[in-house]
Amino acid sequence: MAGPLLLSLKLASVVAMLLLVLGVPAAYWLAFSRWRGKFLVESVVALPLVLPPTVLGFYVLVAMGPRGPLGKLWSAFFGHGLAFTFAGLVLASVLYSLPFAVQPLTAAFESVDRKLLDASAVLGAGKLRTFWRVILPLSIPGVVTAVVLSFAHTMGEFGVVLMVGGNLAGVTRTASIAVYDDVQALDYAAANQTALVLLLISFAVLCAVYGMNRRVWKLWPVS
Amino acid sequence: MRRVWNEPAGVEAVASELKPDALIAKIRASRRNKNSPPFVLDLSVEVPPGITILFGPSGAGKSTLLDCIVGLVRPEEGKIALGERILFDAETRVELPPQQRKIGYLFQSAALFPHMSVEENVAYGLDKVPANAREEQVREILEAFRVEGLRARRPGEISGGEGQRVALARSLVTGPRALLLDEPLTGLDAELKSAIVDDLRAWNAAKRIPILYVTHSREEVDALGERVIALENGRVMSSGTPMDVLDAPRRKRLAQAAGFENLLAGTVLDLREADGVMRVRLGETACEIEVPLGYAAVGNRVRVAIRGGDILLATEQPRGLSARNVIAGQVTSLERRGTMVIARVDCGVTFLAHVTPGTVRSLELTVGRKVWLVLKTHSCHVVD
Repeated sequence: MAGPLLLSLKLASVVAMLLLVLGVPAAYWLAFSRWRGKFLVESVVALPLVLPPTVLGFYVLVAMGPRGPLGKLWSAFFGHGLAFTFAGLVLASVLYSLPFAVQPLTAAFESVDRKLLDASAVLGAGKLRTFWRVILPLSIPGVVTAVVLSFAHTMGEFGVVLMVGGNLAGVTRTASIAVYDDVQALDYAAANQTALVLLLISFAVLCAVYGMNRRVWKLWPVS
Repeated sequence: MRRVWNEPAGVEAVASELKPDALIAKIRASRRNKNSPPFVLDLSVEVPPGITILFGPSGAGKSTLLDCIVGLVRPEEGKIALGERILFDAETRVELPPQQRKIGYLFQSAALFPHMSVEENVAYGLDKVPANAREEQVREILEAFRVEGLRARRPGEISGGEGQRVALARSLVTGPRALLLDEPLTGLDAELKSAIVDDLRAWNAAKRIPILYVTHSREEVDALGERVIALENGRVMSSGTPMDVLDAPRRKRLAQAAGFENLLAGTVLDLREADGVMRVRLGETACEIEVPLGYAAVGNRVRVAIRGGDILLATEQPRGLSARNVIAGQVTSLERRGTMVIARVDCGVTFLAHVTPGTVRSLELTVGRKVWLVLKTHSCHVVD
């Protein structure tokens, strides 16, 4: 049980951190851009919310394969393929959890009173200073929500991992895959152990998010 | 292309003299909104050092003008200069960003950063000043605006009036060359308001920067005004002292904004030049009033503006008064507004008179009661 769970935790941590780094600039752009075609980008970012994980996984797999553009690029640098590796899993998971990071961040940035941004500009602060001193500190709940949700979502993913990672023990065999495997092998006790830990982790994470802030991001409408 | 400005001659002359410290804006800007026709601001204003009031009804373009001056909105044409510094010039494509304009802007909402203490808020614009000098400047300005005791508090922990003092300190500590205030004291009580304005005046006595103070409140104009610029529908209607601008309104909506609750159409019956008055018949009624002589001829249609507070009510026909206009009528409604009662009186045309609740009691005013309105000739202002 420990191996797949540790791998899941490692994957989720790496993905959550990467999504924070990528999600902040993306969310900033989405929150403040006045480009008319912004909805296109919004739609692309939200796509993983509605796509079956197998569809997303399929295209990522094709792209990462030896003849796909990503696979070729990766081979040129590292000398081996991307599919069925931990790095490939990270890449696929980043795409899959993208909306869970970008949407809370965008919502948080958008909800900062524009008058405060005007006040900051009038007081001589450039965009970067305004971001660090005003926007980001006032968006902390959104940032925490983004990190926690992308972590939790990555912990629980199954379809994408199965498509892209396969089931290599210690490399791509995550907790959710292990549960599936154990059930297939009729080892319900082992499946239950892993499943219970996943359940508890997910519950704890959601409690943390909802307990801390109910306004920024709602999976369920909170009355 | 020849451009037409509202006051071409006057401001052109001033601009070419390049007043060393005045703020001059001569711009055309438009704002489009999905649900309303495009709004166009097309005007020319000059703000010398000291307090100038920008007055006008909601939607006149007051805030848009401030946003243009400070650089948050880009005008389509024109020029904005502060002393000898050009902040914006459409022709030469000069456009300084708000960060470089050195203009303080006080928002209606104070717009203090909620996650910073009062002290951090005030120090926000001083990031390029060395730490010890910064502390000194912050301490001085907090004292000047009497908020030194609040330095460690968060904006959520101080009152609205204190918030505006802190915001004022924050705007002024950076040493701006001009200050814009967008209805900053709306909602504060009169005493607090005048205390804050006194502190602002005291501070400005030494600095002498142009201060543009936006309000739609007639009372604030009376309390603050050295100079008033009256804005209406994106244009300057008039400018000068509060007396000049507000007591002889020349446009209907401005009259309403300035507190003339009664705006009555009438026809000039005769002119009595020797007495300096003329008689006007109101509407198609038999109701005649005497008003100050204006630029009008017999038979002209004019409008007469009268403040509700300038009308006296009597329950018996008064005699032996200096007031020339005594009009009989009937109370049609009494409406309580705060500490004031608005009485509608039908005299053929309807007058709105302001009385106190005490007057309503002692005169036993009720709907349907017969009353006499008493109006001094000089309380009647002939407009357009």
